[in-house]
Amino acid sequence: MHELPQNLANGLMLGLMYGLIAIGYTMVYGIVQLINFAHGEIFMIGGFGALTAYAALPHGTSLWLALPVMILGGVIASVLTATAAERFAYRPLRTAPRLAPLITAIGLSIALQQVVWAFYPGAKKAISFPQFAGDTVDLGLFHLQRNDLFLLAAAPLCMLILASFVRFTRTGRAMQATAQDPDTAKLMGINTDRIIVIAFALGAAFAAVAAVAHGLRYGQVDFMMGFLAGLKAFTAAVLGGIGNIYGAMLGGLVLGVAESLATAYIQNVPGMHQLGGGAWANVWAFVLLIVVLLVRPQGLLGERVADRA
Amino acid sequence: MTALLEVEDLRVAYGKIEAVKGISFTVEQGEVTTLIGTNGAGKTTTLRTVSGLLRPTAGRILFEGEPIDTVPAHKIVALGLAHSPEGRHIFPRMTIEENLLLGAFLRRDQAGIARDIERACSLFPILDERRKQAAGTLSGGEQQMLAMGRALMSNPKLLLLDEPSMGLSPLMMQKIMATVVELRASGTTILLVEQNAQAALSLSDRAYVMTTGEITLSGTGAELLRDDTVRRAYLGED
Repeated sequence: MHELPQNLANGLMLGLMYGLIAIGYTMVYGIVQLINFAHGEIFMIGGFGALTAYAALPHGTSLWLALPVMILGGVIASVLTATAAERFAYRPLRTAPRLAPLITAIGLSIALQQVVWAFYPGAKKAISFPQFAGDTVDLGLFHLQRNDLFLLAAAPLCMLILASFVRFTRTGRAMQATAQDPDTAKLMGINTDRIIVIAFALGAAFAAVAAVAHGLRYGQVDFMMGFLAGLKAFTAAVLGGIGNIYGAMLGGLVLGVAESLATAYIQNVPGMHQLGGGAWANVWAFVLLIVVLLVRPQGLLGERVADRA
Repeated sequence: MTALLEVEDLRVAYGKIEAVKGISFTVEQGEVTTLIGTNGAGKTTTLRTVSGLLRPTAGRILFEGEPIDTVPAHKIVALGLAHSPEGRHIFPRMTIEENLLLGAFLRRDQAGIARDIERACSLFPILDERRKQAAGTLSGGEQQMLAMGRALMSNPKLLLLDEPSMGLSPLMMQKIMATVVELRASGTTILLVEQNAQAALSLSDRAYVMTTGEITLSGTGAELLRDDTVRRAYLGED
């Protein structure tokens, strides 16, 4: 009978991870109207950065102590990659037709995968990622995987930090202004180039946190992990209303829950028994996207494209 | 004594199309200087180039004797040049107060900022009443007041006003023009761009007529008001 709460919990966990990655898509889009298709790889590189940091620690360091160092390693790797991509790949194309940066983003995505595949030691196969040992945590109505506790704590904390940053800091207000009207933001004395770099960096940092959560959850990282995760997170961002940071998290949660419930229950619908199960999860995720876009093209929390932060 | 703003042989192009074809003009300290002309004459392009949003293809722009034509827009504000753009461009999803605070983005003197918010609110009482309201909910005229108030928040030496009367009711337009006079009296130098030539010329110390990217006529506001060409072309008289 407590199958439903368990499926909801699984979906929410998945959703928190999608949401964390989706913030990067939505922030960059909100400010420069660019879909950064390399963001999935920024996430993947965060996983490898965390793994590298872990490997650099003395053998036998407890995972509790290692975790902050791993987050830091992941964040540094992701932020450096994202800001370099902005500076050298996207900024020169800022005034080019919109197709040019889009194609660049796709090319960059493939290039980053291949660089990791070719140069990271052992990355031609999946590499195992440290995990917390121990049983699942019993919360009465449902169980949580012990390694998901990190995600459960980190995702809301990241959202809180981001929301307060955007609302209450001077740079956050400059970011809102730049998203609403970049030229006028310049007339206020706002260095919009700097704001764009900050948007890329923040999105990358959250992607790195998500990558650590992903590693803990699945016990491995691999150079292709950014592809599907990135695609799902992009779907989440569009679902929630691209450009809206709260929409990104909401879209992630809705997508995660929908995926989890569809996997579990679609097979009970008469005539659809062959469409259930994990193999169809991605199909239902994208069906949901199509349905939402038909009914509400601006996404769940989206408003006019021009003025969001 | 150099002028506050000197523009020399300025040329600006959008791709291959030249919008401003080598114009020169000056804005003297403490005066209201106006550019009038029809749609597409290059007035807005000129202002956007002065404030750094566009780059000239040739010519020089001197502000207080220093060249600013290669300075990025966000640094030009810091020099004391504020621009209230055509179409107002307030930040619609922020409150009136947040819009005004963004006008003071580069300032750190909290007391001075608070004082200038009060000044903007006494200049335009409607802003005071609606302080916590989203700026996008204001009427066109109120948005214009907000855009002017916001530009004044940087305490500029020179205020660029682009089409402040555009789309406003005659009553609202009078109010905006009266504010221009008031600002001049309080010592703010203004470069005004207007299609409403009658109103603009009658309050200008100096005025230039722009036609398809060139300055075709200049003089004091009173001189141009009496000029036959101006009367026929811009004041709708035969």
